[in-house]
Amino acid sequence: MISIRERGKIAVGLFIFSEINFFLLLIIAYVYYHSLPGPGPTAATALNPMRTGMFSLALFASSATIWMASRASRRPDSRGLAMWLSFTIALGVLFMFGQAREYYDLIASGVTVSRNLFATTFFTLTGFHGLHVMVGLVALSITLGLARAGKLHEHTTDGFGAVEWYWHFVDAVWVVVFSVVYLWGAVAS
Amino acid sequence: MSQIVEAGVAPNLIASERAGLLAWVASVDHKQIGILYIISSMLFFLIGGIEALVIRLQLLAPGLHIISPDTFDQMFTMHGTTMIFLFVMPMLTGFSTYVVPLMIGARDMAFPRLNAMSFWIQLFGGVILYFSFLAGGAPNAGWFSYTPLSEKAYSSLAGVDYWIIGIACIGIGTLAAGINFVVTIICLRVEGLTIRRLPLFVWMTLVNSFLMIGALPLLNAALAILLVDRFFNAHVFDPAGGGSALLWQHYFWAFGHPEVYIMILPAFGIISEVIPVFSRKPIYGYEFVAASTVAIAFLSFTVWAHHMFAVGMSHIANLAFGISSMLIAVPTGVKIFNWTATMYGGRIRFTTAMMFAVAFLITFTIGGLSGVSFAVFPLDWQLTDTYYLVAHFHYVLFGGSVFGIFAGFYYWFPKFSGRMMSERLGAWHFWLTFIGFNLTFFIQHVLGLAGMPRRVFTYPDLPGWAAMNLISSIGAFMLGISVLVFLWAIFDGLANGDEAGDNPWDAWTLEWATTSPPPPENFDRVPPVRGRRPLWDLAHPDRADEKVASA
Repeated sequence: MISIRERGKIAVGLFIFSEINFFLLLIIAYVYYHSLPGPGPTAATALNPMRTGMFSLALFASSATIWMASRASRRPDSRGLAMWLSFTIALGVLFMFGQAREYYDLIASGVTVSRNLFATTFFTLTGFHGLHVMVGLVALSITLGLARAGKLHEHTTDGFGAVEWYWHFVDAVWVVVFSVVYLWGAVAS
Repeated sequence: MSQIVEAGVAPNLIASERAGLLAWVASVDHKQIGILYIISSMLFFLIGGIEALVIRLQLLAPGLHIISPDTFDQMFTMHGTTMIFLFVMPMLTGFSTYVVPLMIGARDMAFPRLNAMSFWIQLFGGVILYFSFLAGGAPNAGWFSYTPLSEKAYSSLAGVDYWIIGIACIGIGTLAAGINFVVTIICLRVEGLTIRRLPLFVWMTLVNSFLMIGALPLLNAALAILLVDRFFNAHVFDPAGGGSALLWQHYFWAFGHPEVYIMILPAFGIISEVIPVFSRKPIYGYEFVAASTVAIAFLSFTVWAHHMFAVGMSHIANLAFGISSMLIAVPTGVKIFNWTATMYGGRIRFTTAMMFAVAFLITFTIGGLSGVSFAVFPLDWQLTDTYYLVAHFHYVLFGGSVFGIFAGFYYWFPKFSGRMMSERLGAWHFWLTFIGFNLTFFIQHVLGLAGMPRRVFTYPDLPGWAAMNLISSIGAFMLGISVLVFLWAIFDGLANGDEAGDNPWDAWTLEWATTSPPPPENFDRVPPVRGRRPLWDLAHPDRADEKVASA
């Protein structure tokens, strides 16, 4: 029998399974219209893979820092835990800053949600991903607060483990989205 | 036992200390939340039923104009949406919420507060959906809201928006409930209750939860995109702006077909509990019932486009989806044999629950057969969107899911309330339902073959159509009366029913090992589990299942 302490992680694992299906349809919609380009902006003309790539590195790096945080939490090293969690949050915020700037520039150049099918599916896909990053940042901030108060291990379930899985997932989705939208999308057309 | 103690539901979360209405609203107890699911589903069942009667009243005779075409569209949209999302799904979820922790000897669900959120957010979705009546008109694009009809250009009022947001709330609640069930069943089983000894209702809930977790996000993604289309003037599903209406159909049915099984698997579970108990025999072929359900779950994600034969897919696609749709009938057919073989040679007690279970076998099989006929796609081209289709899905959804719900309701009512329902009123309810149902829907097969399309608000006086519609409407009003008898039987049971005792049916699963209704902590002591029928083993130690098996 699986320990009850693991229930949070199992629940997040199941949630990730549902989220994969959710993002799958958003990605299919993007790819479908990418293969049928209409008039107006496309990934190749509107996006800047290099700049977004730099901000993406921040998100990818945050998977490493949260792994360091969970190592510190198991040792247990509460100062290391708080430090690595803070790094993770900072990297996530940096990524969101990059996405905000990208949206601002796109909208300023007339690429809005309703401009064409590329723009609609692009904003829907990256927007929902950004929403997930923000939810992750809220969860990480709560974890950090609990860690600083020394209350992270008081609960009957491994909440931090669940948050960690979720954050890795948000990161992994971006690996796929960045590859499909920015690399393949911008290069292949 | 140690598992239960470790579950560690903080004592202040048990709402029994609070009084009155607040005790229910603030409750995180799975039994109270289960009852809330059942009560709210019953209310929506009545509302959805009234909508059905309005539809049948308008179709009573050719050329009537009792309600306007637009009201008719709202009625069939709300009837379908209500019965699927606000009655059948939450009713079955309510049964699972109440019964599964008891059946596995647990004190509560794995996440009691998430459990409360699941209920309240799905009720909130229902309220939002019905608020649309006050906000300029209910949704009227059908329960699957095909695009481009559901796009802003063709449905400019807010009805479809309320539909999207309401269904999304229900979807989130259902998804959370699915996660909660899986974790509960994985982590909180009492010692000795291995996966191969789980009661089949728990098995069905487990498999069903995976369907919920896999299918509901597909719907939510489609709804999110449709909302973007409507609010930001985009065209993903709108051909007028270069989008694809077919993409919506693929997305919706990728959810919609697993959804069909989400509505029937728990009913299979109920039937798999009721038939053995009232045949006084263990289920025949336990492993086959469980394994065929897993097969159904996988196959259910491969058949969606059989809803779309008429759109003109390639021949290969038609063949593939036709074959997979025929294939999925096999594991379903296996179960029919299991249940029939369980009854064979048993000492059958025809309680109301058992009568509904036996009727389920008959009507669900008819619905299954007409379903297979749709997998023959040239037939589908002829019959799609006719009353033959309406007859088919009511045979599986009413003759299947709802008969299963009634069987479960009569079976578990003594556990929920501590009182017995009247078997005499139950028999009235059963026969009125069975006759009314077949009267309403059997003739619709013929009506569909004669060419009457669904979703038309009136029809010309073609040969036979008037008589067939009249018969169908008479049956529908008989069903309406049967529901009143059902309500009477419930209130009569609550007010005058005999004391039920712990185990009135002499059943074998753990929910019958505690008082009726169970105390907040569920069990004083969970009986030892050494087989699939712990209460049988307890009562007959010399003929316990594991001894008989090894002899």
